[in-house]
Amino acid sequence: MITIPYLTALTTLFSYGLLFAFGQIRDLFRKLFDWSSSKNLQGYAPICLGLEDFYIRRLYLRIQDCFGRPIASPPDAWIDVVERYSNDNNKTLLRTAKTSKCLNLGSYNYLGFAAADEYCTPRVIEALRRFSPSTCGARVDGGTTVLHTELEELVAKFVGKPAAVVLGMGYVTNSAIIPALIGKGGLIISDSLNHNSIINGARGSGATVRVFQHNMPSHLEEVLREQIAEGQPRTHRPWKKIIVLVEGIYSMEGELCKLPEITAVCKKYKAYTYLDEAHSIGAIGKTGRGVCEQLGVDTADVDIMMGTFTKSFGSCGGYIAGSKELIQYLKYSCPAHLYATSMSPPAVQQVISAVKVVLGEDGSNRGAQKLARIRENSNFFRSELQKMGFEVLGDNDSPIMPIMLYNPAKIPAFSRECLRQNVAVVMAAFPATPLLLARARICISASHTREDLVKGLEVISRVGDLIGIKYFPVEHQKHQDAGRKKLE
Amino acid sequence: MTNSTLDWLELAFDAPLARAVVFGVHIGGHLVVEVLLVAVIIFLLFQKSYKPPKRPLTEKEIDELCEEWVPESLHPPITEKMQYETPILESAAGPHTVIDGKEVVNFASANYLGLVGHDKLIESCTTALEKYGVGSCGPRSFYGTIDAHLDCETRIAKFLGTPDSILYSYGISTIFSVIPAFCKKGDVVIADKGVHWGIQNGLYLSRSSVFYFEHNDMQSLQNILEKVTRENKRAKKLRRYIVVEAVYQNSGQIAPLDVIIRLKEKYRFRVVLDESNSFGVLGSSGRGLSEHFGVPIEKIDIITAAMGHALATDGGFCTGSVRVVDHQRLSSSGYVFSAALPPYLASSAITAIDVLEEHPSLLTKLQENVALLWKGLSDVPGLSVISNPLSPIVFLKLKKPAGSFEKDLRLLEDIVNHVLKEDCVLLASSKRSTLDKCSLPAGIRMFVSAGHSDSDLLKASEALKRAATYVLLNHN
Repeated sequence: MITIPYLTALTTLFSYGLLFAFGQIRDLFRKLFDWSSSKNLQGYAPICLGLEDFYIRRLYLRIQDCFGRPIASPPDAWIDVVERYSNDNNKTLLRTAKTSKCLNLGSYNYLGFAAADEYCTPRVIEALRRFSPSTCGARVDGGTTVLHTELEELVAKFVGKPAAVVLGMGYVTNSAIIPALIGKGGLIISDSLNHNSIINGARGSGATVRVFQHNMPSHLEEVLREQIAEGQPRTHRPWKKIIVLVEGIYSMEGELCKLPEITAVCKKYKAYTYLDEAHSIGAIGKTGRGVCEQLGVDTADVDIMMGTFTKSFGSCGGYIAGSKELIQYLKYSCPAHLYATSMSPPAVQQVISAVKVVLGEDGSNRGAQKLARIRENSNFFRSELQKMGFEVLGDNDSPIMPIMLYNPAKIPAFSRECLRQNVAVVMAAFPATPLLLARARICISASHTREDLVKGLEVISRVGDLIGIKYFPVEHQKHQDAGRKKLE
Repeated sequence: MTNSTLDWLELAFDAPLARAVVFGVHIGGHLVVEVLLVAVIIFLLFQKSYKPPKRPLTEKEIDELCEEWVPESLHPPITEKMQYETPILESAAGPHTVIDGKEVVNFASANYLGLVGHDKLIESCTTALEKYGVGSCGPRSFYGTIDAHLDCETRIAKFLGTPDSILYSYGISTIFSVIPAFCKKGDVVIADKGVHWGIQNGLYLSRSSVFYFEHNDMQSLQNILEKVTRENKRAKKLRRYIVVEAVYQNSGQIAPLDVIIRLKEKYRFRVVLDESNSFGVLGSSGRGLSEHFGVPIEKIDIITAAMGHALATDGGFCTGSVRVVDHQRLSSSGYVFSAALPPYLASSAITAIDVLEEHPSLLTKLQENVALLWKGLSDVPGLSVISNPLSPIVFLKLKKPAGSFEKDLRLLEDIVNHVLKEDCVLLASSKRSTLDKCSLPAGIRMFVSAGHSDSDLLKASEALKRAATYVLLNHN
């Protein structure tokens, strides 16, 4: 867990308080102006209530240019960021025709498949010519092509489970599968920092949802014991089943899940484990097989493994892998499989080719090179950042590294200054993170070369000095003092 | 004897306070007794009531309970009906496709304008693939916004005549992200009973109070509007919506938009319209239901559509006033927390709209095809067509329902399989998920395309006639 230094917490709260106060004063003036001018709603309630978008109108709009920056090139290691300008104080942003080439430290491109690839793209274009961009039908009604069945077998083989089913979007995979597995009378225990799609799926299922503290197997055990002993709320009947939802890598913290302990606890208490490997499949593990390979967990211990193809394989879509009967049942009952348009065939071919490259079945060792490179890059970048004195989160080997900023004014400062020096970074603030813990998030890719990373480090170090986010300069000082003593 | 004791007691009581006079009131001994009684009553009132002592479970007892507990299996046992084989296509899902090496006439893809396999689309996709690769590698706010997305949004808005639009990366997630962004707990939503699962899920996630009216029945809608407006008088902060589909996926009916707009203006509701199956189909230039009924598009508050139907690409969009679209960019979960649409699909959508604008004859061809199919299907034994004559989804249901949804579906699937095996025509039966709460009858769905030729339609109707006779005869 992140412990925020005392002084920083005070200054951050003060900044937010000031922004809040200003926002309220401006709202007051707005109300006065609107009172005098007539409104033409005529008996309808406003479509967006004032309280809901207070944060958006008064805080977010000031720094809107740091988010949603359009690019005019593929999301590779270097991107062309389109410049935007605003005439009305950031309320609307207009595109210009100018672009600036920046180092991309923000896209999820872990294995470097984002741009046109020499093995994948010709095959994708062939699939496009054969099957056209869409099948216009649900999987059960003429939307299944030979590519889909091939991909499902390949995914099952890659992940290490008997069977898999593929859906067109990662978000929908979670939202539509969890309700099919559990309903009213069941219990879902999910990690407190789970992704929004998992929370939506859990809510949509109708089961009771309980939360355990982030990545603490001991607290999970406590919650399990208490819940099994008590039973369903009010009736105290025993629960029908219990599913525990965890993620492989948490995208805002960059840390790996403590999978061996969690699966041990789940096995002991007969709960089912659901692992969401959206960020970890393809990026972690010696052969890219995800968090199970990295931490040495047998895939048979995890009941349902879910993942997406957006991050490491440069495509779109999600999959679920499990036992043969489970997949058959999901194909029969999951609404996303029965009603939603099936995954676009060129995207399917991209995943097939990318997995073949990673497994080395394309005849070269590019896959192994990519996997080694992303591990090297992540470890190098993280250790350098830590040496410079930044507060970096995340475990070793994880390609995601958030740098803590805390103060709301530092968010636009860091983002704009880095952009001026041609480095594109991503900011994460409320509501994606807790209010006081704003951060900049770096995503490393296998297509970054050593020079790119060194340039990125230089720029970040300079900007960090300017803004004052090097919260831990202790090691550096100690080494300097020790060096000076040795000289004397 | 008693009198004297009483006198003696009185003396004893009065003695201490014999000369006490407070505020002109002579205090007697009985006041002392009364004060004591009041004190006792107050003391008793403040005592805690008797509760049986709580005994929390010991660790050993919890261990035993955990040992005893047996969970259900993760999925119910696999029955035979769960093991159906889906047809696997070996070529593009156009009007003709290849299954198992045989060429088959395809009525199961919602390819209304016949744009699957169109040269211009494939060309624009190829350029986009070579330029951008396949995926967009990030959500819209983190460098996932590629200029192809922004161009697509402006193109759609220009085509429909609205100020702005917003793109989603998957068709079904459009509606179940839009509804929770605008309907919160406490709001009132009135929806049709026959809406598809995406809308039902969106309504469930929004936690608002939902009322359903009978499928496509305007009288029922008016009754519910009347009832709801009468009950909820405090309408200042309440938002009220009517959710309908333009062409219903579960029955092929078309919602009468002019009546709905009249009702909405009378009762002050907002309309959310799902135009997935009518965008690019209805109206003289394909602009959808509003053009078909001659309603100005500003009167509909929120329009959503999935692009996996007429536009032959993937993804979805939502359009409306500037406020509506801007609000979704930060509060719609399927937009904020999910990766963006692959850029080649966005450029394919732009090309599809261009093709539609240049060739409005596709729309007339589609209408002719639907009319021809209706004529051919008018005398199929055992099945009747219940969809609207203008809808591109031709929906047939059993004349004599077999009793339950499963039995109906079994019969229809037999018919569909027979038609595929014997006559090489691919149809779709309306399978339903276990999570779907819709209660409309099962049926066979035929998606008519502008790319079907007259002979295709004739073949399909003949094949269906033969299969229906065969199967229903065997069943009886």
